[in-house]
Amino acid sequence: MVKISPSEITPEHVYLNRRKFMAAAGAAVGSLALAACSAAPLTGRGATIVEDKPPAAPVRRAENLPPALAHAEPTAGADRDELGDPLNKFEEITNYNNFYEFSTNKEAVAVEAAKFNPYPWQVEVTGLVNNPFVIDIDDIYKRYTQEERIYRLRCVEAWSMVIPWVGFPLASLLKDADPKSAAKYVKFVTVYRPEEMRGQRMNILEWPYQEGLRLDEAMHPLTILATGMYGKPLTNQQGAPIRLVVPWKYGFKSIKSIVTIELTEEMPATTWSTAAPHEYGFYANVNPTVDHPRWSQASERRIGELGRRPTLMFNGYAEEVAYLYEGMDLRRNY
Amino acid sequence: MLSSARQRVKSACIAFAAFLRREGFWWAVTLAALTPLFWLLWRAASGDLGVDPVNTINNVTGRAAMIALFLSLACTPLSTMFGFHRALTVRKSLGLIAFFYASLHLLNFVGLDYGLNLELIVRDALLSKPYILAGSLAFLLLLPLALTSTRGWMRRLGKRWKRLHRLVYVAGALAVLHFLWQAKAPERWEPMIYGALLSLLLVVRIPRIRRSLSIRSTQAVKNAARANRTWQPSE
Repeated sequence: MVKISPSEITPEHVYLNRRKFMAAAGAAVGSLALAACSAAPLTGRGATIVEDKPPAAPVRRAENLPPALAHAEPTAGADRDELGDPLNKFEEITNYNNFYEFSTNKEAVAVEAAKFNPYPWQVEVTGLVNNPFVIDIDDIYKRYTQEERIYRLRCVEAWSMVIPWVGFPLASLLKDADPKSAAKYVKFVTVYRPEEMRGQRMNILEWPYQEGLRLDEAMHPLTILATGMYGKPLTNQQGAPIRLVVPWKYGFKSIKSIVTIELTEEMPATTWSTAAPHEYGFYANVNPTVDHPRWSQASERRIGELGRRPTLMFNGYAEEVAYLYEGMDLRRNY
Repeated sequence: MLSSARQRVKSACIAFAAFLRREGFWWAVTLAALTPLFWLLWRAASGDLGVDPVNTINNVTGRAAMIALFLSLACTPLSTMFGFHRALTVRKSLGLIAFFYASLHLLNFVGLDYGLNLELIVRDALLSKPYILAGSLAFLLLLPLALTSTRGWMRRLGKRWKRLHRLVYVAGALAVLHFLWQAKAPERWEPMIYGALLSLLLVVRIPRIRRSLSIRSTQAVKNAARANRTWQPSE
């Protein structure tokens, strides 16, 4: 066996630097050759330099993410919803957000939310459950299969989008917590971080944001906790890293950046129904026949389209959810 | 040769200075009032009207109409209270620009938002959205004012012209309601500010208040004149 003295071994960083230099030199020579005769094939060597760049932002590394969230580019399993309407573009969905914690200007939320750092993140499941727990977002990815759900989102402001969410049924998480028989409602609470969310430093709504569902609504298979969209983790402006999506209710019910899920016996107070009780109710089901006191809900504008389209009962999910409200006066329970 | 060229440049400069003195203020205010329009056109030309262009056009034209209308309403008090009589030269221009923005606002609503669907506009907007009704009424009131803004109509209507043009206050109040009724609770501060401005502009028109303010201002003018005299002892 040949003995190698430690001084003969090239330290790793020198070795790597040397490779980098050679790769760069190769690329330079290649580009010279390219300039000279323009027919020289471009080798893959120059491309290795790109790998030496540090990652651009403190983003979650891809190996931690489940396959459904690990796409580098916006990816969706279909380009239309089940009614045949095209998905909204990734840029539209991520630049038109009602998230007052950052800004009341829908097109400014993305910029304001850029400084928000959701990781690490934990969700507490508590209240009237036999098995309360706190779960890390990484464990949520592992424990619950993340799958795509293409849903329409209808804002109470009478605009709408079609969004390819990635997430899992809220029911799976609630079953793990094992609700007690007294539990009738589920309350959700958004994170409170006024130092990162400038809207929370202002007195525009009561913070932190709270929402609620009846337990049967929460257990409905259409109700999901979304962790991503277009095959990527949720952007901050969409409520990273985990939010509710209830497609048959107005968008404000789909609370963002959730830290607490609590099962209760009493109907929980919700932020908007507290701020304006005669305008926003607990149920907030999409309903073209029940108007907002100040505007009609009969039509909506799909973002990316001109003109209007009629709003569908329960946002087009009537077949799946209408039974939840049988015998209820939806005009009173708005 | 050279001196004649210099003469020409000099006289052109004098003419331009005279023009600026005469109409510079009018042009500056008018162009400034049209900047929201240029901005919208620029954004439209570069394909950057935002995620929801209908909403962008709606917001820019609505605010521009309201602000131009209020500036137009501020002209008379500026003249009577502060002796800034030049303001009167831009009153009509600002009023017409307000009407122009209101027209764009309405066209955007009828055409781009509701796709010219008249049935939907009546049933879904006019009859069920009070703020649409208020805005439509405001526009209907501005329409005859814009049409009779010419000197010819002023002469033809005589005393009635002034009475007719008092409708502008009603239109302004309806415009504020239109803005207020569509705003969500956390956004009401902005229409509230417009409402406060409009109230202020109306209050200074109440005869007694106007008289007391203008007496003070004539007093101020007299004082200034006296001060001026004492500062010119050489004469």
